[in-house]
Amino acid sequence: MTWEPRPVPEVTPETDAYWTAAANGDLLVRECSACGLVYHYPRSLCPDCFSENVEWREASGHGEVYSYSAARTMSGWPEDDLPLIVAYVQLDEGPRIMTNIDANPEDIEIGTRVEVRFVDTEEEDVAVPVFVPIEA
Amino acid sequence: MAGHEPAYIAGAFEHPTREAPDKSTMQLHAEVAKGALADAGLTKDDVNGLFTAGVPEYRSGLSPLVIADYLGMDATYVDTTDYGGSSYIAHVGHAVSAIRDGKCDVALVTLAGRPRSRGQATGSGTRELRTVQDSFERIYGATNITMYGMAAKRHMHEHGTTSEQLAEIRVAASQHAQYNDHAMYGDPVTVEDVVESRVVADPLHLLDCCVISDGGGALVVVSEDVRDDLDREAVEVLGHGEAPSHHDAGRIDITRTGAEASGERAFAEAGLGPEDIDYASIYDSFTITVLEAIEDLGFCEKGEGGVFVEGGTLQAPDGELPFNTDGGGLCSNHPANRGGMTKVIEAVRQLRGEANSEVQVDASVALAHGTGGSIATRHGAATVVLGRESR
Ligand SMILES: [Zn+2]
Repeated sequence: MTWEPRPVPEVTPETDAYWTAAANGDLLVRECSACGLVYHYPRSLCPDCFSENVEWREASGHGEVYSYSAARTMSGWPEDDLPLIVAYVQLDEGPRIMTNIDANPEDIEIGTRVEVRFVDTEEEDVAVPVFVPIEA
Repeated sequence: MAGHEPAYIAGAFEHPTREAPDKSTMQLHAEVAKGALADAGLTKDDVNGLFTAGVPEYRSGLSPLVIADYLGMDATYVDTTDYGGSSYIAHVGHAVSAIRDGKCDVALVTLAGRPRSRGQATGSGTRELRTVQDSFERIYGATNITMYGMAAKRHMHEHGTTSEQLAEIRVAASQHAQYNDHAMYGDPVTVEDVVESRVVADPLHLLDCCVISDGGGALVVVSEDVRDDLDREAVEVLGHGEAPSHHDAGRIDITRTGAEASGERAFAEAGLGPEDIDYASIYDSFTITVLEAIEDLGFCEKGEGGVFVEGGTLQAPDGELPFNTDGGGLCSNHPANRGGMTKVIEAVRQLRGEANSEVQVDASVALAHGTGGSIATRHGAATVVLGRESR
């Protein structure tokens, strides 16, 4: 899955570590040291308890498909990259994160086990996490 | 609303256009404002409350000022709540609160837009990143329809809902649209027509999606004192509830919507329940939007929406829960990509006995509900319960 140019996320001081880690092949989640919540997307204050004592945690990169939709048409998007599978993957660490699944729509279903891959962008320090099915 | 001074919708106007290449959006805004005021028997000078989500295509936080400036309107109170298509249902509730607080006594709610003339296509997306969440969602090509598609897919997975059941919702809307001379699509369709239309975002077909239309609408909400001086039949606002709903740090359940909370709040305020509703306007951006709302508002148990809508349940005048008798967003009109306004307008028509005669219900209590934004990330659920004056 390599459509060009893939949109480059806006990198902020709150999310810089997340995107840089992705460029280095790691998927990060945030974990609150005060209440234990593991959450996505990254925020500096825990969205449950407002604690600022939150840590980066390296996720396993494994999860399962919570839901997905394959878009057959999408104006403004490269024909070669259709159908495009937009999905929520529930990470083994808990949070449901929006992503793409790089697969044929016929080869996945809700509950399919998946693992993370990283797609480069035009920015050297920014890669985007997507998922692929784990071969049985 | 129970225990409060009553407030009323005294004017309602839906712009008859569905395609307006030769008008500006602001012109449509003024035309719907004029239409709703004329319907109420009021004038521009009577308005002292302005309720608007702005001009969606401007994407400017200053757009309420743009509207007030263009309309030449002086207001003592302005509310610009914007959480998508349901905003205008929320505005009705906010107008009632402002009227009760003495901040205004004639509140104008307006919507207008021209996505059709601007060439928007069904299923189209934007790559433009605006919000903090866009960098975690839109970068994946997530569009409204893929997000509603995900909700439909998950609902099917958990509850066994089928594409044919979702199609029943479009079928009912199309049956109603045939009597609406202004509807974009006035021909009745069958379940087969829907499930055989092209898949836009799996599992949603083209006919699971609402229309893209130009146009708009407006409402006038007034105090009891103002109402007493008007000749036109008004509709009482009996209850209002809202529930902004979001991704919840990754715990989102896309088979449920804020309608669970907004409906409960609106019913509690009205002292009524789902069993009291004679007619329901339910925002139908997609068929799945209606199905989830029907469950969450309590018209059936969670997960049983698919079975509930089978067999003409939603078809006026004889179905158990007649809905969207103007043809709704699915067949008639979805001005500015925002369906909340027309939901209130058709509920007002039903309560006044002014719906198209073939679909007129003997309605003394009606509901209008909206799911604005995206069902699979963030949405604003808003519900109002409305009553005929002579209930
Ligand atoms: Zn916490």
